[in-house]
Amino acid sequence: MRAFIDIYFQQFKTSLAATLQYRASLAIWLIGHVLEPLVFLIVWSSVSNSSGGSVGGFTTRGFAAYFILLMLVNHITYTWIMYEFEYRIRNGTLSFALLKPIHPIHSDIADNIASKLITLPFILVIAGILALAFHPVISPSLWSLALVIPALLLALLIRFLIEWTLAQAAFWTTRVSAINQTYFVLLLFLSGQLAPLALYPAWIQSVAVILPFRWMISFPLELMLGQLTPTQALTGLVIQVAWVMVSYGLFRLVWQAGIRIYSAVGA
Amino acid sequence: MPAFAIQIRDLRKVYIVSERESGVRSALQSFIHRRNKEIPAVDCISFDLTPGEVVGFIGPNGAGKTTTLKMLSGLLHPTAGEASVLGFIPWKREKGFLRQITLVMGQRNQLIWDIPSADSFELNRAIYRIPAVDYQRMLHELTELLDLGPLLHKPVRNLSLGERMKCEIAAALLHRPSVVFLDEPTIGLDVTMQRRIRSFIADYNQRFGATVLLTSHYMADVEALCRRVIVIHHGKLLFDGELAKLVQKFTTHKIIVVELGDCQADLSKYGEVVACADGHFTLRVLKEKTAEITGRLLADLPVIDLLVEDPAIEEVIERVFAQKEL
Repeated sequence: MRAFIDIYFQQFKTSLAATLQYRASLAIWLIGHVLEPLVFLIVWSSVSNSSGGSVGGFTTRGFAAYFILLMLVNHITYTWIMYEFEYRIRNGTLSFALLKPIHPIHSDIADNIASKLITLPFILVIAGILALAFHPVISPSLWSLALVIPALLLALLIRFLIEWTLAQAAFWTTRVSAINQTYFVLLLFLSGQLAPLALYPAWIQSVAVILPFRWMISFPLELMLGQLTPTQALTGLVIQVAWVMVSYGLFRLVWQAGIRIYSAVGA
Repeated sequence: MPAFAIQIRDLRKVYIVSERESGVRSALQSFIHRRNKEIPAVDCISFDLTPGEVVGFIGPNGAGKTTTLKMLSGLLHPTAGEASVLGFIPWKREKGFLRQITLVMGQRNQLIWDIPSADSFELNRAIYRIPAVDYQRMLHELTELLDLGPLLHKPVRNLSLGERMKCEIAAALLHRPSVVFLDEPTIGLDVTMQRRIRSFIADYNQRFGATVLLTSHYMADVEALCRRVIVIHHGKLLFDGELAKLVQKFTTHKIIVVELGDCQADLSKYGEVVACADGHFTLRVLKEKTAEITGRLLADLPVIDLLVEDPAIEEVIERVFAQKEL
């Protein structure tokens, strides 16, 4: 355990140092992360304003709250492994990682945390500014807010494991961008990034319960907004735990098969 | 300690490559029906290395050297055959195995590009669980041997190729591996740096008794470091033995350098005149005729000096690879 803490600490230091080297790309990345929810926020606010101040139970200020908090949740659960994995295979960095007596996922976990610690203050400041501009309102109960932390952690875990698993498609094909594209479109629709899931037709909402996307982003958001009953909240957490287990199992399976392919065709 | 550090038996690696001719029609054909071709990169090779041995692994590009090293370091699964490194089966990639080996690839880098090597070293210390005392001692030794002092705190991207290679090698050896695979460690380096790396490898081998398997295109590396060489070509083992024996076995000719003072004389009746410069003739003669021709040269001509030598190793090797069957 101590050895692991040591590894994480060192990995953390290197990740911080490497991330801080690129201020410009960090800034561009931040702008991207702010712009998307901002656009949706403006669109939905004007839709709401033009239809008498509310759409499907969301008021204009409710939309503001939704998209500002969405920005935070998305930021916390975000990963970039799907963009990177194929490159690692192609340029041989994966081979070096495989020579080390530790699974490569650990460096990604540390990387992810380090980069988020650096960027989180900026996102919080931006969220503050947006709040001043759009006057969001939320009315969560205390128990609901207390559940946000575990829900967020579970959401991050699910998203991390599923995206790490999907990224490994690069073991089988060099054209991962099609897979990535499909995934990101599904994520956009079914995680609540495009619009609150409550606004979708009932059948899409029931599909969203079965699929993992809602549990990666929308669910902690719903807790923050105070939209769930205690039963719904607890059921949600149970489903999240189940998804963590499923995605961990998938990650292990795909990794074993992928490494077999990788070491067969030429590492 | 096992009798062999590395032991491989009938190791074979076949790559399956899909092939097609150029053009739209064949593109369509191959879309429907892939034609695959099997390329044996390593074809049933066997050899053993005893602990502490430094062996040169040579062969032209595409001979299967890197594929073999990758199998031995656990990155590649062989198609057939067996291998044991320090008693482990490499491609199982057990942690106990990975902690005791290293692979340095001259063409690739493991150091993190944007940060100083010292930080990457610390990370390796943690990953390999090197006790703090050992780490400090090893870092100190490596810094001294490779003269890393001024390089450790510069971002890797600001280092020259040679400086980076020194740091790469240090990073790969911090955990004091007892088996070291070096794939072209001196590629692209200038002569001084090559010599530096070479003497370092020799030092490391002596100090820690590590087993070293080294590939290189520079015969100077191999001559300086390895008494034994293994030659492969088209995935097949051509020769395994002492470097000196390789030269003997594959040399059909000797080189005679005769100093006559000028280049006027015609020496073609004695042997093939390779060159003449500053009054020194270089002749290539059949090995078994060397004594006779030397005698005739001394008797017939006003010889100032005469020298009989073996052809350069590069030349011998080139000849080995040029011959298909041996």
